[in-house]
Amino acid sequence: MIDLQHVTKIYGQGDVRVTALEDVSLHVERGEMVAIMGPSGSGKSTLMNLIGCLDRPTTGKYVLAGRDVSTLNDNQLARVRNREIGFVFQTFNLLPRLNALQNVELPLVYRREPRAARVRKAMAALEMVGLGERMHHHPNQLSGGQQQRVAIARALVGEPSILLADEPTGNLDSRAGEEIMAIFQELNQQGITLVLVTHDERVARHCRRIIRVLDGRLVGDEPVTAPLRAVPVHSDQEAAQA
Amino acid sequence: MSIQEGIRMAWLSLAGNKLRTFLTMLGVIIGVAAVIALVSIGQGATNEVTSQVQSLGANLIVITPSMSAGVRFTVDDAATIAARVPELAQVMPVITAPVTAQYGITSYDTTVQGVTESFPVIRDFPVAFGRFFSAADVQDAANVAVLGQTVSSQLFKGLNPVGRTITINGQPFQVIGLLTTKGGSLGQNQDDLIAIPVTTAERLVRTRYVAAIYAIPKSADLSAVAVGHLENIFQHQYQNDQAVAVLAQDQLLSTVNSVTTTLTLMLAAIAGISLLVGGIGIMNIMLVSVTERTREIGVRKALGARRRDVLQQFLVESVFLAGVGGVIGILLGVGGALLISGLAGWATRVSVGSVLLAFVFSAAVGVGFGLWPAMRAANLNPIEALRYE
Ligand SMILES: Nc1ncnc2c1ncn2[C@@H]1O[C@H](COP(=O)(O)OP(=O)(O)OP(=O)(O)O)[C@@H](O)[C@H]1O
Ligand SMILES: [Mg+2]
Repeated sequence: MIDLQHVTKIYGQGDVRVTALEDVSLHVERGEMVAIMGPSGSGKSTLMNLIGCLDRPTTGKYVLAGRDVSTLNDNQLARVRNREIGFVFQTFNLLPRLNALQNVELPLVYRREPRAARVRKAMAALEMVGLGERMHHHPNQLSGGQQQRVAIARALVGEPSILLADEPTGNLDSRAGEEIMAIFQELNQQGITLVLVTHDERVARHCRRIIRVLDGRLVGDEPVTAPLRAVPVHSDQEAAQA
Repeated sequence: MSIQEGIRMAWLSLAGNKLRTFLTMLGVIIGVAAVIALVSIGQGATNEVTSQVQSLGANLIVITPSMSAGVRFTVDDAATIAARVPELAQVMPVITAPVTAQYGITSYDTTVQGVTESFPVIRDFPVAFGRFFSAADVQDAANVAVLGQTVSSQLFKGLNPVGRTITINGQPFQVIGLLTTKGGSLGQNQDDLIAIPVTTAERLVRTRYVAAIYAIPKSADLSAVAVGHLENIFQHQYQNDQAVAVLAQDQLLSTVNSVTTTLTLMLAAIAGISLLVGGIGIMNIMLVSVTERTREIGVRKALGARRRDVLQQFLVESVFLAGVGGVIGILLGVGGALLISGLAGWATRVSVGSVLLAFVFSAAVGVGFGLWPAMRAANLNPIEALRYE
């Protein structure tokens, strides 16, 4: 699914040149759930941006779902992001002027899907994260945990093959974080490939594999023998159904 | 993203900041309204002045001696000119003098014009009632008068003046006709006059000198030839091209037209500048908006928005601002032009052309001034946009 081959990422030139990633090779299979850990500034976000096709590697090769994406142009990358990848950010990044439903519709808007189909799919995605009652709320009317669930619904609505989450629980308390991890585990069970960055060892233990980054290099890659099971607390009917 | 979706997005964002949207539009509204109102006023003024000049009489040639150059004409000079310039159909001396006219106990100060029987033709100024005096009347220096409408209404208050006797500067005159209404021309009320035979006028105001000689050419094509001929004669006679002014109505018309056209263009240019300022206002707000929404742009790009989608989104916003502002401006401009024409009693001309021009211009302002901010948005790097605080 994800196949990074000797990837290097260098920011800037001359004196301000920063090597954010150096000779990183990483292979993630379809259906895996991977945590990336490492100290601040070690290059985790840079790695996520590359995997998410927001950026191109300086050198090296990136094959995503059997396709070399390291040489695609901006429009082609936008298309890959739209079809293959769902992003969840630490700061949620919902558009404040749009309500929950409109936020979730966005990836489908850029796919030129007709309105009726968009609304139907967006509603289904919101129900899936337990926000069926809050569709017409604006982000400022939602709690942090709820906003992050809207963001997950938005990442899911286009049925991407990979979900990328950069510190998705970083701005949430442990209970809301637990809810998010429960949703992720559920999604992973349904077959979605999941890569998330976290500082929290406990959050990482919910995944099935942990990769450690230090100073732009991969320094560890171990399976999690007994992943923690998140208890879905938000869940009234949804969890009962699942 | 489809256009329809783009318009929806633009609407959401503009409606989310109504005051700012309105103030931004205001620049365009004022600009477009100013273009339409000022151009309409300019065109109205042009038409007004043109019709006034035309009302002097078609093809009229006015020959005015320059007193300061020591040149004066008498009635006989008119006959000389007629004899020497075969292109002229009719030549008429005009003596002008201020007089007091009286009927019964009503008296009125006006202007007498000593003219010949050619007056109705040369000035394109027929009688409405009664008759104009004849060549015989001129020959005999008869005490007959033809009144302008203003004089008639001042002295007779709606009574039929024909057949009655008035006095002019104390001398009795029989009123034999009433002129039609001509209206004002270049700030002068043309109906405020009494026409009497020029020979009678010589005696009445005790002068041999005429104020001007009026003439018309045999045909409109001969006007320029006649003017050239006349100028030649006077140049030869006085060795001074300032001695006698020869002015043809069509020349006057083109001079006046070029003046008013310049005026209209100047008004349009001033209004155009205000539209330009409105456009810069749009650009300014769009730049602020792009900066404010840098993170939003990053999110949209992460979700799969292409460069074109972002460009379109911002362009639709600025075109919407300019377009809606333009429509409101057109309504205000047309309303303003009508209001001014109502207040000033002036015929303003709201031409379809100026409305169309203003609208196209404002739409172009939207695209032109929106393009740069939109391109800045479209070219943002998604990662940097997402990191933007
Ligand atoms: N756009 C950029 N321009 C220059 N340097 C950058 C840029 N983005 C990241 N870097 C540098 O690359 C290195 C890795 O940054 P990155 O954001 O990937 O770290 P991180 O592991 O995500 O850290 P954190 O845990 O604090 O989020 C850092 O030294 C950072 O300063
Ligand atoms: Mg980071």
